[in-house]
Order: sequence, then structure tokens, then C-alpha cells
Amino acid sequence: MKTLVWVEHDGTAVKDATLAAVTAASQLGEVHLLVAGEGVDGVAAAAAKIAGVGKVHVADDAAYAHALAENIAPLVVDLMGHHDAFVAPSTTTGKNVAPRVAALLDVMQISDIMSVESEDTFTRPIYAGNAIATVQTSDAKKVITVRGTAFDKAATEGGSGTIEAVASQGDTGVSTFVNAEIAANTRPELTSAKIIVSGGRALQNGENFHAIIEPLADKLGAGVGASRAAVDAGYVPNDYQVGQTGKIVAPEVYIAVGISGAIQHLAGMKDSKVIVAINKDEDAPIFQVADIGLVGDLFKVVPELTEKL
Amino acid sequence: MKVLVPVKRVLDYNVKPRVKADGTGVDLANVKMSMNPFDEIAVEEAIRLKDPARGGGVTEIVVVSIGEPKAQETLRTALAMGADRAILVTSDTKVEPLGVAKILAKIVEEEQPQLVILGKQAIDDDNNQTGQMLAGLLGWGQGTFASKVELTEGNVTVTREVDGGLETDSFTLPAIVTTDLRLNEPRYASLPNIMKAKSKPLAQKTAADYGVDVTPRLTTLKVVEPAKRTAGIKVADVDELVTKLKAMGVAK
Repeated sequence: MKTLVWVEHDGTAVKDATLAAVTAASQLGEVHLLVAGEGVDGVAAAAAKIAGVGKVHVADDAAYAHALAENIAPLVVDLMGHHDAFVAPSTTTGKNVAPRVAALLDVMQISDIMSVESEDTFTRPIYAGNAIATVQTSDAKKVITVRGTAFDKAATEGGSGTIEAVASQGDTGVSTFVNAEIAANTRPELTSAKIIVSGGRALQNGENFHAIIEPLADKLGAGVGASRAAVDAGYVPNDYQVGQTGKIVAPEVYIAVGISGAIQHLAGMKDSKVIVAINKDEDAPIFQVADIGLVGDLFKVVPELTEKL
Repeated sequence: MKVLVPVKRVLDYNVKPRVKADGTGVDLANVKMSMNPFDEIAVEEAIRLKDPARGGGVTEIVVVSIGEPKAQETLRTALAMGADRAILVTSDTKVEPLGVAKILAKIVEEEQPQLVILGKQAIDDDNNQTGQMLAGLLGWGQGTFASKVELTEGNVTVTREVDGGLETDSFTLPAIVTTDLRLNEPRYASLPNIMKAKSKPLAQKTAADYGVDVTPRLTTLKVVEPAKRTAGIKVADVDELVTKLKAMGVAK
């Protein structure tokens, strides 16, 4: 089976989520990549070095500069003439593009797979991760998005893919990029961080969040996350949100501070290797999934913890 | 202009799903069902766009649901919130996002809306596909994961929640928008409005009426509970926690 993997990048580097998608795709067969964007020679060169990669298709055109689904989808559909599967990471970009491709190919997409059981059978979470479904597709061509935390990342060195330019399909003209406000974040990216410190509603406000959660995270070299409650209350921006509708993470250690542990939050972090919970309510549901729990007032406990580490 | 809002009846988000012992799915017998939370946000946004101050010239909101006959309750809820009329499309079999998108494309052909607002994902199947598929089938622009929507003459500008922050894109109308959580706070339907909604028009159709083949492409072989986490321990104080973290190599 020949698989085409969507390479997510920021114009200069391949994003980590792509590497997990490559691992999933390699379980299906031959792996080809698609690098689309404007001025992406550097990304294409880096992509060609990913272990296990065959051909790297490069579409360099202003129409692809912001990965607008309306322009990307026809390009993918054209390449799917000689590929059997299209695989994208379950990032916001992957989730935006892949279903449009699936509809144009008249196939049902398999979203957010956690494992490849065989060429046509996959597992995926449903109901906020409270159930795992094994699904088999009858479609000849497959469109799949991959849960980044469920697959190891492919090595970024050791591959020797061949780079091949593909013709642009042009701009469909129905969509225009206006601007982006990407949060400046000096801490590790949430979806690839080894340690995450997350705060919830109990922090009471944004000042406390910064004063209590961030020093602990910095001490541990950790990424910073948040529950929906903390995001909705405006303590931190929405891209901090961990959960069913936010980011899915699976770090080595997840430290939940002042987070009760609602179903929707657990959906985003319960595959973490070790979960540490700090909460003053000893009946909080988070303690049912925590490996290490500490019942106590976070305003006392967390500064003390930061101090002693 | 007309806005079409598809809504889905799903297991209430507060209910903990139970996997059936025979592994065929999640037990939906005698559990509370509600409108998918993202769809409530979609209905709310459509209602707000009707405000002349929003300048989009929205005059009518049509809600549609595809599924079992009980989805009628979900449509009545949307009507009570402020939608004008409803279309219920019943099907004997489960309709996948691709099938839903194809039926919606037919309804779009009939109704000629300028905007279709959907939720970004349904909290049961967690697919996050239908809006994008519909946009693909129609060749329209898709403003997915919207946290802000602005209608202007011939265009819709959508601020989208993307991984690193926010991205704003503009789409030529007609277009598709899918809602994210922070787009708005949906209203509750008042009792008088719930009573009024009972007399609003609700058209009943079947999937066959639209001549769409909704045969599922995916077969669910089994549904299991996720691996249970082993019970953890509670530590007495910060010192003990520090010792544990150090033992794990998290801290030096």
C-alpha cells in the first residue's frame, strides 16, 4: 500500500505530530510525504531525512502558504490518483484538511486512530475516550488522521527520500488568510512535552495561574496546560486547553493542580504515564486516575513543592 | 438570507458512557440524551446573527437533524431557542458523517442557505468531519473551529482556534462554519418559548427522500473500555511528593 502523509510545518521545520503520523503510515506500507507551502525547500529537505520515507512531493505555491483546506484538498486528491491512503496528524490543520479530502474522494475518514490493526482495521477513541472502537473500512482508498500521542515519533535522521516537485492546483478563490495570532511560547510545546503542569479553576485568576503554576513548570522544564474551566474563565489562552475538545497529551508526567477531573478533561490526559494530582477535595474524581495524589491547598503546597525541587 | 444549522442528538455530556458487555457499543438505553453541545453553540450563533446590528441580513434559521425519530426533541429545543423551522430526516440505519454531509448537501440545494453552521464535532463519535465534508461536496469555503464570526456583504470572516493560537480567515459566501466552544454561551429556552416551539413547522423526511446512499463504509468490529489505570497512592506531604518525583527522575 502506498501512503501519502501530510507534513505539517511552520515554514521552516517539520512539526512533531507529523513524525507520529509517519510511524502510523509505515505500518500500512510505503510512505510518501506531501510538503505544501510557499518557500518550503528547507522543510522538504528535512522531510526527506525522516527515517523510512520514500518520495517527498513538494508543492511550492503562494496558494498553499497558509494551508487553507480549500486549496490543499484538490492537491491531495490529485496525488491520491496513485496513493492508497492519505494520512494526516490529528492537529487542527490535519482535522481541517483531511475530511474535505475524504469527501472529494467519496470515502469515510477514520479519525484520530490509536493503532493500526491491519490494512483496513484501526482502533479509535469515542465518547471522549471512554470507549475504544475497532473499526474496519470498506473504502478502497483510506483517509486517516492519527493521534500523535499513540504512536512513537519517526526518527528525523537516517532517511533518504527523493524530492519531487508537483504542479500547483492553484487558488480556488473561496478562502483568504487574514492574519494569525500565534501565542509566543518559550516553554515546551504541550503535545510533545515530557512533563506537563496543568492548572484548573481553583487557581481563581490569571495572576495566581502565572504566580503558582508557571514557576513549578519552569523548575521542571515542563509545558503548561489548563482545564477548560481555567480557559473559559480567561486565566490563560485557549490553546492551553487539555481535553476532549482541546489538546490530547500523553507526557511522562502530568501534574494536575486544582483540577477536579471532569470526563472531558480526562479525555485529554489519561494516557499520561504518571499522573500527579494536587487538590484540596479528597473526593475529586482526578484522584481516581492519579498515580500520586496529594490532598492539600494548592496555594500552600505548590510554592512549597517548587521551592523544594 | 437563510442560515442552515444541523444538530445532533447525543448522550448528554454529563453522563459517563457505559460500554455494553457484549462489546457492540455504548449503552444508550434509558440514559439522558441532549443536543450536542457544539450544536447548541451553532444554533445560538445563528440566532445572534439574526440581530440586525450584526449586519449580515440573516432572516431565517432552518435547523435539521438526521437520525432516529426521537431527534425531533432536539429540533424542538433548537426551535425553542429561536430557530424558525425544522427538518427531521429519519433513517433506519446509523448515518456516518459522509452520509450526513451528502444529505445536507441535498438540503442545501433545496433550501439555498448562504451559511451553514455546524458544531465542530459530536461528542459521541468525536469524528470532527461533517462540516468539512459538506464544504468539500459543495465546493464552499470552510471556517472551522470558529471562536468569532463576522458576516459582511458577500463574505464571512472567521477567527479560528488553531493549535498555536488564533487564525483569522475570510470566506466567500455561501460558506460553512463549524463552532468551537468559545464562540458563545448558548441561551436556555424559556418555558413560553418551549410552548411556542411546539407550533413551529417541522418537516418529516427520510434519507431515501433525498436519493442518497447512506450505506455505512465503516463496520464497528468491537467496542471496549479503555485500559483501566491501576490505583494510585496518596502522599502525606510535599516532602514525600518530592521524594517520589525524584525517584521517577522528574527532578534532581
